[in-house]
Amino acid sequence: MLTRPDPGSVTILFEGAPIRARAGESVASALLAAGILAVRTTPVSGAPRGPFCMMGACFDCLAVVDGVGGVQTCLVPVREGMRIERQHGARDVAAEDAA
Amino acid sequence: MMAERFDVAVVGGGMVGSAIAVGCARRGARTVLLDEGDVALRAARGNFGLVWSQGKGDGMPAYAAWTRESLRHWDSFAEAMSGAAGTDIGFRRKGGLIFTLGEQEWEQRVEDVRRLHNQIGGASTPVRMLDRRELEELIPGTPLGPRVLGASLAPEDGHVNPLLLLRGMHAAFRAAGGTHRPGAPVDAVRPGFTLHRGAESIAAERVVIAAGLGTPKLAAMLGMPVPVHPVRGQNMVTERLPPMLPLPASAIRQTAEGVVQIGVSYEENLWETATTVKELARMAARAVQVLPPLRHARIVRAWGALRPMTPDRYPIYAQSQAHPGAYVAVCHSGVTLSAAHAGPLAEGILAGRLPDLVAELGPDRFHADAA
Repeated sequence: MLTRPDPGSVTILFEGAPIRARAGESVASALLAAGILAVRTTPVSGAPRGPFCMMGACFDCLAVVDGVGGVQTCLVPVREGMRIERQHGARDVAAEDAA
Repeated sequence: MMAERFDVAVVGGGMVGSAIAVGCARRGARTVLLDEGDVALRAARGNFGLVWSQGKGDGMPAYAAWTRESLRHWDSFAEAMSGAAGTDIGFRRKGGLIFTLGEQEWEQRVEDVRRLHNQIGGASTPVRMLDRRELEELIPGTPLGPRVLGASLAPEDGHVNPLLLLRGMHAAFRAAGGTHRPGAPVDAVRPGFTLHRGAESIAAERVVIAAGLGTPKLAAMLGMPVPVHPVRGQNMVTERLPPMLPLPASAIRQTAEGVVQIGVSYEENLWETATTVKELARMAARAVQVLPPLRHARIVRAWGALRPMTPDRYPIYAQSQAHPGAYVAVCHSGVTLSAAHAGPLAEGILAGRLPDLVAELGPDRFHADAA
């Protein structure tokens, strides 16, 4: 886990636990700085995956953000109170539709 | 320099040419597959992946019978191609659906199924209408939209991973001793037969032109007028989703990996493979009516491909009368028909006589007035 001279003033929740983040940084960046390397498991083999390219190309940083699955966390800036959950396997659009 | 000699030269390394080549090589013929490569306008790299009989043959019973013949060979063909590919090519046959949205589509579908049945009867595969309740019993977990009144079901239809099928055919061809030459188009074919490709010359006892949209030019050199034009089809795929559609349907199917593939468009006489927002939006809107949760799904890729289409949309098979031993095979159902192409068609080509089942599928049907 990195030690940040300036841990930031924004608080997001990962799996319910508060994480400090800097205003303007991406969710993926805040998660990596907090030592969270795996944010999802793959739909086919169930292997863990986490942020890799940090520029929207690799789709390995997908997570559930405020109830919406399949979000590329490297492309989304942090917001106060944002809720991030791990995404297990394929995104369940039927459950999102029912919600 | 002496030209290399083969028993059979197949021009075209897509779905049709590869299937014929693998069929010839597995029967012991010394076969060369001349393949422009993936730079070609290659429908084999852009198709939908259905193994499909439903609705085919309206106005041409011979096409329905030939399609059924291919379906009869598909189980053993898929097993052989999976073995060659070293991986499961994903052939699943549990039936294929055509969904109907609203009363009008339902009534039209009922009428179409009845007309086709009366016209071609036992030549085709069975099809039956399922109302909403019967459909829900068949696919209980599927989140169908309220406008889905039912579907027609062809129990013998299925789908496959078309990219793995092509890989499997190329691997099976090489394993059977075939010579695969990708990388350049064939420039000319001369009676005898000699094929010219850049500085290369290849000689063969038999030649099969299966070059999709490139077919007319080469077939004309052997005295066979073969009318083919492009019809663009667009496709898109979603992110991987949990299983929601266990059976493939016309224009919508879910792969084993969870991707939902959505088609389909018919755009005549375009020589480019680009996609358009207009068609993609129309296709997506229909898919969302069939499966409403898809409105949340992300589209991760879209593409266009060109079908090699004949004037009446049915395949063309022929042996040249002026130059016996020269054959042509062109169609837009290369996936469905691949088992027949690798089986009875290849057998007929080696025997010097096309199968009776394709006798009515010659190009002379377009020149009735001239005859």
